[in-house]
Amino acid sequence: MNALLPGQPTDESTNPMIASSEPPPAVEVLSAEKVFSNGTRGLAPISLNIAEGEFLTLIGPSGCGKSTLLKLIANLIEPSDGRLLWWRGDFTQVGREGRRFAFVFQEPTLMPWARVDANVRLPLELANVSAAAAAPVVADAIERVGLSAFTRHYPRQLSGGMKMRVSIARALATNPNLLLMDEPFGALDEFTRNKLDADLVRLWWERKLTNVFVTHSIYEAVFLSTRIIVMAANPGRIFRTMTIDQPQPRDEGFRDSPKFAAYCRELSTWLAEASLPSATGGTS
Amino acid sequence: MKPLLESEAFVRIAAPLAVGVVLFALWETGCRLASVPVYLFPKPSDIFTSLIHNGPSLLRALMVTLRVTLQAFAAAVVLGTLIAFMFVQSRAIEVSLFPYAVLLQVTPVVAIAPLIIILVKNTQASLTICATLVALFPIISNTTLGLRSVDPGLANYFRMNRAGRLKTLIKLRIPGALPYFFGGLRISSGLALIGAVVAEFVAGTGGRSSGLAYEILDAGFTLDIPRMFAALFLITLTGVALFAAMVVLSRLALSNWHESEIGAQT
Repeated sequence: MNALLPGQPTDESTNPMIASSEPPPAVEVLSAEKVFSNGTRGLAPISLNIAEGEFLTLIGPSGCGKSTLLKLIANLIEPSDGRLLWWRGDFTQVGREGRRFAFVFQEPTLMPWARVDANVRLPLELANVSAAAAAPVVADAIERVGLSAFTRHYPRQLSGGMKMRVSIARALATNPNLLLMDEPFGALDEFTRNKLDADLVRLWWERKLTNVFVTHSIYEAVFLSTRIIVMAANPGRIFRTMTIDQPQPRDEGFRDSPKFAAYCRELSTWLAEASLPSATGGTS
Repeated sequence: MKPLLESEAFVRIAAPLAVGVVLFALWETGCRLASVPVYLFPKPSDIFTSLIHNGPSLLRALMVTLRVTLQAFAAAVVLGTLIAFMFVQSRAIEVSLFPYAVLLQVTPVVAIAPLIIILVKNTQASLTICATLVALFPIISNTTLGLRSVDPGLANYFRMNRAGRLKTLIKLRIPGALPYFFGGLRISSGLALIGAVVAEFVAGTGGRSSGLAYEILDAGFTLDIPRMFAALFLITLTGVALFAAMVVLSRLALSNWHESEIGAQT
């Protein structure tokens, strides 16, 4: 596939999702590796370009380092070797207009003592945005996740799915360009998860976000992603990459299409291969 | 409209009240049937009569004790909270000072009260200091625990958003510590009263500034047992009132979100 694109680096992970014009990278992972303090090799050196506007999903058996990779991208941890670039620069210039990222955890991590609007306002307050300036932004973020009727509710009054929506609204309030999500819907029932996935795709498309998403669900990965990275464990590394070139924004109709089923089948096979003993322990 | 017996609120008040009435009735009839002399064990009616008869002096004594209690409680809350904030700021401070806080807690107030009463000339002040020492520890330990018990996910979120120490304290640690703090208040309010009464016993001061403990001592000397019980009754009533006030305060502050108070207002 790389042969079709002269002038591109030969690294397989830089496969562009749109062949015509390569968008600038939001994040570049340059042979970054992670060895934990106990000597475990969390990640073998990984090189990866995340293009602006991409919806990239990391999937793989447990211990494959997908969360570690996401934390590296979020600068929550430092690579043991190699480095990362954000918008072609170091991390110090992240946070400026057009170079913002937000992280959505597996848990909603809301403040139980604060109402929905106060929870969504939190990142703005921490960034010293005045209450008057924050109000319309907060209202807009809450509306985008469909919770306008619940602005004055407390988290305990909301269902699990609604709490997760608040968490996403809180991420949107900072007007991020890059959205990092670590199994955000993993604790939800399938019906709620499908609904939130559909809403997430719409948000990503409308806001021209770049998403990096970690999941265990094959269906979720295929439905959401423009590119899926299958990872393998011992040490954590990129096993294979799947590009899903389907019209955007996707809706529930995509789930029922034969193509969706075909992608899922293939991804399932790859995941099984990535979990085989022969696929693991190769370089350690 | 539900029948009264099915109403949770009614049962909560009526059931303990009924138990009280039954106990008092048993006490009264028991004393009457066995004709126990009043100087050994008075009947509730004797105590009530004494309460009315000695009303003014008992009320004055109550005010004295209440003043010491409230002063000590306020001092304990302010000091305890400040010390807790200090402990949370640095592990080194906590590690080096916490043993002394424990020392303060385990030393019986009866043992140090004479020393404090000798050192501090003003009786009112020395009593307040004794009661404060007793009431202080629950505030320190509970508030410290609360300020430390931060949801790790939220703490992570604050760190990621580069929140400073002060902002993390105000927006995350303090609200999260409130349930623990109110738990501390409940214990401490009762202890402030106990501290005040115990210190008064030790001080044993007469005259105009004597509190309920002195009333009890004095009633004992003069074998006026109903007055002794009346003073005891007032002390108990004060303790219950303080506790109830703390419960209401905690409910007002936490009923919207904290598990311990959710549904408590229904």
